[in-house]
Amino acid sequence: MTELKLYQVGTFAAGNRLLDRTERTEQSDAWRTNSITSGHRACRGCGEALAARVVLDAAMHATEGRMVTVNATGCLEVFSTPYPESAWRVPWLHSLFGNAAAVASGVAATLRAQGRDDVRVVAQAGDGGTVDIGIGCLSGMFERNDDVFFICYDNQGYMNTGVQRSGATPAAANTSTTRPVGSRVGNAFGTGKSLPVIAMAHGIPYVATATVADLHDLERKVTTAMQMHGSRYLHVLVPCPVGWGTDSADTVRVARLAAESGFYPVFEAHDGEVTDVRRIRRQVPVEEYLRLQTRFAHLFGDPGHPDVVERLQGQADRSIAHFGLLEGEAR
Amino acid sequence: MLRQVEGSRAIAETVARCRPDVVAAYPISPQTHIVEGLSDLVAEGRVGGCQFMMVESEFGAMSACIGASAAGGRTYTATSSQGVLFMAEALPNASGLRLPVVMTLANRALGAPINIWNDHSDAMSQRDAGWLQLFASSNQEAVDLHVQAFLIAERLHVPVMVCVDGFVLTHAMEAIDVPEQEQVDALLPPFRPLHMLDPDDPVTIGAMVGPEAFTEVKYLEARRQLRALDVVQEVADRFYDVVGRASGGLTAPYRVEDADVVLVGLGSLLGTAADVVDELRDEGLAAGALGVTCFRPWPTDEIRAALGGASRVVVLNRAISVGAGSVLGAEVRLSMAGTPVIVHDVVAGLGGRPVTRDLVRRLLTDAAEGELSDHELTFADLDEGLAARQLSAELEAELEHEETSR
Repeated sequence: MTELKLYQVGTFAAGNRLLDRTERTEQSDAWRTNSITSGHRACRGCGEALAARVVLDAAMHATEGRMVTVNATGCLEVFSTPYPESAWRVPWLHSLFGNAAAVASGVAATLRAQGRDDVRVVAQAGDGGTVDIGIGCLSGMFERNDDVFFICYDNQGYMNTGVQRSGATPAAANTSTTRPVGSRVGNAFGTGKSLPVIAMAHGIPYVATATVADLHDLERKVTTAMQMHGSRYLHVLVPCPVGWGTDSADTVRVARLAAESGFYPVFEAHDGEVTDVRRIRRQVPVEEYLRLQTRFAHLFGDPGHPDVVERLQGQADRSIAHFGLLEGEAR
Repeated sequence: MLRQVEGSRAIAETVARCRPDVVAAYPISPQTHIVEGLSDLVAEGRVGGCQFMMVESEFGAMSACIGASAAGGRTYTATSSQGVLFMAEALPNASGLRLPVVMTLANRALGAPINIWNDHSDAMSQRDAGWLQLFASSNQEAVDLHVQAFLIAERLHVPVMVCVDGFVLTHAMEAIDVPEQEQVDALLPPFRPLHMLDPDDPVTIGAMVGPEAFTEVKYLEARRQLRALDVVQEVADRFYDVVGRASGGLTAPYRVEDADVVLVGLGSLLGTAADVVDELRDEGLAAGALGVTCFRPWPTDEIRAALGGASRVVVLNRAISVGAGSVLGAEVRLSMAGTPVIVHDVVAGLGGRPVTRDLVRRLLTDAAEGELSDHELTFADLDEGLAARQLSAELEAELEHEETSR
């Protein structure tokens, strides 16, 4: 008989109760500090708000509350701090769009200079502030191996300014700067920009990817990162109902399909080498992931663009092969 | 103790004695010798626990300073020219967040064409960034102003830029007295931040402010800058009490009391101007010179008082506000509004062209004889023949293009 494997499938799913208490993540966990507390102005179903809460609570837990944060400009900053309100219960600094990594490095430098070594530094940014305008400062932080844990909440576009494409937007996606008009079929097929792989190329101690579909995995990775020193990088896929055109109740589901289709590889790397991958339990065609999102609706109209869907499936297949994402397959 | 030393090295030693927690920088001529000096001093363990960061850009350098200062550290950087432009986005951020970063600006021209030599275009480009801007007239004053800058910055929680002429001062070897450690310690108490990132007292720094409060935030910032007019002078007085040397303050008047013609300028050209003033006085012309040490905030009252008795004022700028005139000229004109004083706006010394005694003498005597324009910008050291030939060639090409495209 096959051994029974249990997975947490969502915060409130009934099946979660079959899991051991230590194997699941719950919103009501008593140790939570609610580092970003309720009442902020995120949209309904915001993946970034969910991820930020889980990430920061786990980081606070791991550091026993000895933590300060730096935030890039973006949705997270805007929806959490409309003066005179603030949703932050942790020390929080916002400077600019492209400089979160450098600001965090500066914070870490002062803490070191003053011997306040017990205080840890966490920096947060969206994909724009990470892979585009912030990549220079981030690469510098990696190269110097500054003692900062940097989290990218990747919703694959400039959602705060009205859903323009970013360097993290997938090919064929319909954004306000890649409308499928004329002969254009959404965002161009470039070569892509995998910041986790770029981070690994710097040889920093820890790089991981995660999604909001598996909060326990996300939490574990944050805990791992906070037990280490030097530059650490976590890239979290956070679906955006507004920008992706998904139902706000589908945020976790869409994130799960991104991983289960192989379109978004979930893995962990130490010192530049992949050390673990989150295997796909039941591979789903990319189409199943795409069809839930109106940003890809033009691919499925009449006549649609089956060739483009096929190209996207090819991307997922290559990612599955590269990271060895299928159960039972060696990497 | 007076010592033969390069200006940059003396600045580095002075900054080290101010006990910074973090120095973050990116190299650019002619700032490099300052941060090279600090790198050595930190590595030698002569700056306590100071962290020296050589980062990936000037934008990164100012950003690291912002983080370091917000974490409660005394913070310093140095840059020049293109470097200060590259950090331009972060400059009003530092002032807006009330972080007392101190920065040396080794003044240099802005490209294109690329030019690494001295003028004041870089400083003028950032005059509205919410930073105090102090100009050093000599290397001794440059050194002294750095100590004063930390004092002023941390008292008002406003960042301060110390402008030092690139190469002319930064690379000049001369006798300089670097204030002793005991003197600096007597002047500069430990940094007490206005607000800081602290797990024991979590605060939100850098929230988004909308139309309902933004004006008030900016008004308060403006009032603080004006308050700095008092503090800059108080700090200069206190410096004099402890070190025994007059430097800093708002303006540096030289024989202006009974002067008929006064030259106004920034930075190291004041030394040249003072020499010429002495010569002209010997020859019977009542000349004077006024250095503006504190350019931001602008000391309107002191300028009016110093220049009010003159009949003509020559404002000599090492920067140009293309299409208008000069920034310094406009400031002086505004300050003298309603007085009979005639203000001549002059540009010279761009991109490292030396401001010579002959030039200053010619400007003052021309002004005295009424031969300088009182409304148009004068280019005092221009190769007029070359410029005229190029202008006529360009005009010809433009007309030809118009003709053929009709």
